[in-house]
Amino acid sequence: MATKRKPRLAVWKFASCDGCQLSLLDCEDELLAVTGQVEIAYFLEASRAVLEGPYDVSLVEGSITTPGDAERIREIREASKFLVAIGACATAGGIQALRNFADVREFTAAVYAHPEYIDTLKRSSPIAEHVFVDFELRGCPINKYQLVEVISAYLHGRKPNIPTYSVCMECKLRGAPCVMVAAGIACLGPVTQAGCQALCPAYGRGCFGCYGPMETPNTAALTAWWRDQLGMAPAAIQRALRTYNAGSEAFRKESEAYEHAHD
Amino acid sequence: MTEHEPHDRLYVLDRTDLQQLFDALRTRGYTVIAPQIENNVIIYGAVDRVEELPIGWTDVQAGGSYRLARRGDDALFGYTVGPHSWKRFLSPPLRMLWRARKTADGFEFIDDGSPPPRYALVGVRACELAAIQRLDDIYTRGAVIDDDYQARRGAAFIVAVNCGQAGATCFCASLGTGPSVGPGYDLALTELMEGEHRFVVAVGSERGAEVLAELPHRAASEGEIELAEAIVAQAASQMGRTLETAGLQELLYRNVEHPYWDAVAERCLTCGNCTLVCPTCFCFTIEDTTDLTGQIAERWRRTDSCFSTAFSFISSGSIRTSAKARYRQWLTHKLAGWQDQFGNIGCVGCGRCITWCPVGIDLTAEVAALRAEDVGQPPAEPILEMA
Ligand code: SF4
Ligand code: SF4
Ligand code: SF4
Ligand code: SF4
Repeated sequence: MATKRKPRLAVWKFASCDGCQLSLLDCEDELLAVTGQVEIAYFLEASRAVLEGPYDVSLVEGSITTPGDAERIREIREASKFLVAIGACATAGGIQALRNFADVREFTAAVYAHPEYIDTLKRSSPIAEHVFVDFELRGCPINKYQLVEVISAYLHGRKPNIPTYSVCMECKLRGAPCVMVAAGIACLGPVTQAGCQALCPAYGRGCFGCYGPMETPNTAALTAWWRDQLGMAPAAIQRALRTYNAGSEAFRKESEAYEHAHD
Repeated sequence: MTEHEPHDRLYVLDRTDLQQLFDALRTRGYTVIAPQIENNVIIYGAVDRVEELPIGWTDVQAGGSYRLARRGDDALFGYTVGPHSWKRFLSPPLRMLWRARKTADGFEFIDDGSPPPRYALVGVRACELAAIQRLDDIYTRGAVIDDDYQARRGAAFIVAVNCGQAGATCFCASLGTGPSVGPGYDLALTELMEGEHRFVVAVGSERGAEVLAELPHRAASEGEIELAEAIVAQAASQMGRTLETAGLQELLYRNVEHPYWDAVAERCLTCGNCTLVCPTCFCFTIEDTTDLTGQIAERWRRTDSCFSTAFSFISSGSIRTSAKARYRQWLTHKLAGWQDQFGNIGCVGCGRCITWCPVGIDLTAEVAALRAEDVGQPPAEPILEMA
């Protein structure tokens, strides 16, 4: 009987800060177990050794911001059996999707001496806008335990336990007092997907929305409460929605509803 | 446990001797769980000393709002209920059911063998005791018995407290679950602040009597008994909310298609906070996990909520995708379906779901709104499509 070949794993980077790839390196205890189960075929952040495709699993970090990116992600898709987009950049366009609300040419003109050399797309877009994505793992950065869970589930042919409900569920499960109810602090938890174990609320801060919109986000009702009950200014509401997941549909639409409210 | 007639004899325990109650419970092997302040909220957690209680504090509650305030005295129990409920301790939100290791010819269970914790729950309010009894019905009196719950519950010692004031989101009086503590406690306290700071104590069980026997106490006087009764009567008159229960089940069943559900769905965030703070919500999901090597498998039980789409996931997808379907599920289950299932209403009037809803959705107001516009059309046939 032939010995079972280890699945080959590749980690790819597009426009991003490397934070999600670092989550994988940060797995420490689990990393040895990961390398025991998979062959790391491409992971420049960790090793210069590069093995040719095809790959069984590709983890893709970062958003698509240049015509070159758009081409490269198609090649990666071709070479990958199972493609997982990791992090807010790869799943929603990341913080760099703020350019989607403005004219990117103005930015390049302001930043570069020779803007004509800059070949960039108008929008920063998530991987799923370009190729089929098998699984999206949210977060800015992703949670390393969730990453290990997705890899374990893949290896053993089961569904990953990655809930799509609100941060509030995790907040209540850990027994943290609600900062919105008990302190009047605006919190994106009710419209944000779980995954961080309600880290910020547990330390008395409102949720910043790192994991993007939850399964059925009612952003209009939440921001109406912020405005009417917490006395939050429209500009502040817009800013709260325009961070790492500004490009996600639910946060983008709601932030646009507050676009001219403060002019 | 043998039930005593609640008011058969009443005693008095001085405030200065209350630490001895905590000590007696700890000597008997209980972990004392009591109210305490954390991050400006009164929660439940382990305590050793009476001084760790929220002495002199009260809570000011409203739909979607909770603040602590100074009382102006040294009352130990001068507040109502916060975001935690005792179900955290009797039915923990996340619990491993089993763990197994792969072997050459199958798998073997790994037994961690730890006995269930023994908790003394101090400061259990009338509505909360009623909620624990709802959980008893569900987890220990049905076709399937939850062994872990039964073990924790059987071991638990309950020190109940009669409410001396009601909160703005309280409505236990509408449901007959409070503010006076019903049977089922081991000891029940009423805090008297007039004159000497002391507690009128009722004994509800054999083991309650045994614990009290170890503490300095005396028989309550007529005056003290009257004072204790007046305090609870005052709380009953302060209920901030009311819920009309007459015909409630029929009202909800015949208004399944009421346009009102769309209106509440516009405000509801489907965040699930209401079900998670509710002391009677009992739903959970099962999660199976494997480690990376595939050598260890675990099964976990995690609290779930009918506000998650996974809750109603069947082979073709989730059947309650809209906020309307999910809010209706919650309200109709608590107030109507529960009656068919367990013979009582699934709400004890604690007000938590009103206070801890981030956008202040208030089930008493929602029921009143439905009543005001009762369309009165019973569904023609059994409702199969719920979304
Ligand atoms: S603090 Fe935020 S995440 Fe936690 S329950 Fe409140 S609104 Fe939800
Ligand atoms: S439904 Fe609301 S008021 Fe009733 S028991 Fe649950 S949390 Fe308390
Ligand atoms: S209201 Fe929802 S979460 Fe609560 S017991 Fe009923 S179905 Fe379960
Ligand atoms: S009623 Fe309130 S607490 Fe419950 S799911 Fe809706 S918004 Fe959340």
